[in-house]
Amino acid sequence: MNGSPLSKWTLCLVAVGLSLGACGKKEESATATMTGELTVRIGQVSPLTGPQAHLGKDNDNGARLAIDEINASGVTLGGKKVKFVLVSEDDQADPKFATIVADKLIDQKVAGVIGHLNSGTSIPASKRYHEAGIPQISPSATAIAYTAQGFKTAFRIMTNDRQQGKVLGEYAVKKLGAKRIAIIDDRTAYGQGLADEVDKAVKASGGEVIAREFTTDRSTDFLAILTSIKAKKPDLVFYGGMDAQGAPMVKQLHSLGIKAKFLGGDGVQTAEFLKLAATQAESVTASSPGLPIESMPGGKEFKQKFTDRFGAIQTYAPYAYDAAMTMVDAMKKADSAVPAKYLTELPRVQRTGVTGNISFDEKGDVRGGAITLYQVKAGKWEVLETVMGDAGAVPAEPKK
Amino acid sequence: MDILTQQLINGLVLGSIYALVALGYTMVYGILELINFAHGEVTMFGAMICLAVIGALAANGAETNGLLIVALGLLAAIAVCMAIGFLIERIAYRPLRRAPRLAALITAIGMSIVLQNAAMLIWGKQYISFPPLLPLTRYEIGGAVITNLQIFIMILSCLLMAGLLLLIKRTRLGRAMRATAQAQDIAGLMGINVNTIISVTFVIGAALAAVAGVMVSAYYGLAHYFMGFTLGLKAFTAAVLGGIGNIAGAMLGGLLLGLIESFGAGYIGALTGGFLGSHYQDVFAFFVLILVLVFRPSGLLGERVVERA
Repeated sequence: MNGSPLSKWTLCLVAVGLSLGACGKKEESATATMTGELTVRIGQVSPLTGPQAHLGKDNDNGARLAIDEINASGVTLGGKKVKFVLVSEDDQADPKFATIVADKLIDQKVAGVIGHLNSGTSIPASKRYHEAGIPQISPSATAIAYTAQGFKTAFRIMTNDRQQGKVLGEYAVKKLGAKRIAIIDDRTAYGQGLADEVDKAVKASGGEVIAREFTTDRSTDFLAILTSIKAKKPDLVFYGGMDAQGAPMVKQLHSLGIKAKFLGGDGVQTAEFLKLAATQAESVTASSPGLPIESMPGGKEFKQKFTDRFGAIQTYAPYAYDAAMTMVDAMKKADSAVPAKYLTELPRVQRTGVTGNISFDEKGDVRGGAITLYQVKAGKWEVLETVMGDAGAVPAEPKK
Repeated sequence: MDILTQQLINGLVLGSIYALVALGYTMVYGILELINFAHGEVTMFGAMICLAVIGALAANGAETNGLLIVALGLLAAIAVCMAIGFLIERIAYRPLRRAPRLAALITAIGMSIVLQNAAMLIWGKQYISFPPLLPLTRYEIGGAVITNLQIFIMILSCLLMAGLLLLIKRTRLGRAMRATAQAQDIAGLMGINVNTIISVTFVIGAALAAVAGVMVSAYYGLAHYFMGFTLGLKAFTAAVLGGIGNIAGAMLGGLLLGLIESFGAGYIGALTGGFLGSHYQDVFAFFVLILVLVFRPSGLLGERVVERA
């Protein structure tokens, strides 16, 4: 046996295992250095590669801005000066990678997580954070299911899809005067969830859903789907999904000569959509949770700071900023960055962020979130109106 | 009825794009018995280079003639893709020509990943928009709508395919290509420069792919570093459906696949009562691939390949 490859490998493995274990220990103790400075890691997860990378980078930058400001202001927890470090990870907007990345962050002993960007990734990842007892604040996941799981670690800073879908469906029927409505979604947790809520709201408002069609979040060809919708003579087409699909869909609506109006959610209400759909974007209507950046309490100032450093804001950067600020706020109140300690402070947070007043309801949803409707006029998103939400009023299981 | 016509038009346009890409797969397979999995990425490069050139020209105020700008972009895309096609063969396939077939398959996949990542590094990860340079005109045919762009795509595809058929059937170069496909060593003994012929095959395939890439990006209005992957797989399916190695088969397979997808996505919801939805659009191609491989591995027009002694 001696010297056989097997035993060599076993030895190697044992050695590697031992050294890894040692490394882990070392890292843990290294968080408090000689000078008494405490290093606190905060995770940030969003798609940094792939078709949604522009949105992911936006969230990353938003959180980074917050962390840098917090570090500059000098925070002390438990008598020690704290240096916050943002650990950004890429989940590629893919639920499979989301859990892998979540495990990675948990292994790195992050104190909390800002993210994930998508609902489809936030939901599976939230289970891991819940098991590890790590608080998570998503700046942009809007699917109802995310906070409906009863995890006391899951929070969000953005109004959910029940609220947004309701506003969109009612708006389509009552304000845009559409009777016959076709609904398409991309079958992601976000797109499907939002489309289902729009479906309900349209019916509740007296409209008729004449078609439910589906695509994927990687498609660019919708001609077949739109052709079968065309046969049903829609007044309005609603798309639950992202800008990269919404833009070619609008173009293809035009090329098929369908006169129906086009309505989308926050995945469509982006600068990228305007770029991709170009002239065809005109008179498209879409909603976004929250207030328009100009109307946010700290919107103007944030926009200035952000654009000076990173360039144009895509969508959710202010929410990522607020999520990071809120998390650190709870840490300050608890005077600790230990998840179990400041987690009890999070539900009690009361603060005015960039995006508005931030406090959480029993599920972890932001209270009284707003929905704003926009329309493309002369190549720009113009605010139509803001509807104040009642996201906090949704009956729910009490949060333990 | 108008809906049927409309789906037919959608399918034919999509199919003629698939056919153009499928030609690249089938030509290379015909001559080397190698699946050039990097071919889809060449298509993507075509689209990206065209958009880069268009962007550069438009930025320099050359907005005089949209059609001219697009034509210049297309020519640049063809030129660069031909070079890429040539290089792929020289770098990835020629050194392995006598190696076991598995090795060539692996370099093909490797090449595809290299090209994809190169494009990601050059142009980033975002979707790139095709600027609205071409005025869109719609024509009504019995309730169905066809745009000038769709007509242009179909005509250009047909012309290119006809040109390719003529080249292969009627010219000396074509005869040399057919001879090389039949028996490489003997073609060499007859005074044909086999290496040149193989390079030419790759270059022609890449040129067709470039045109297809530009057409796809103009048609859907955007391009992306990942777009070649699915397109390549579907075109490969089209080539297998028609009988891989068979030029006419690739055209037939492409058109059929376009129609299957179009009708499938358009009617599956109604046919299955909502049990299966239109998001299965991309699945049809691979379902077809499996069916063909199970029931008619040689494809519709392909002949059974006899293993050479």
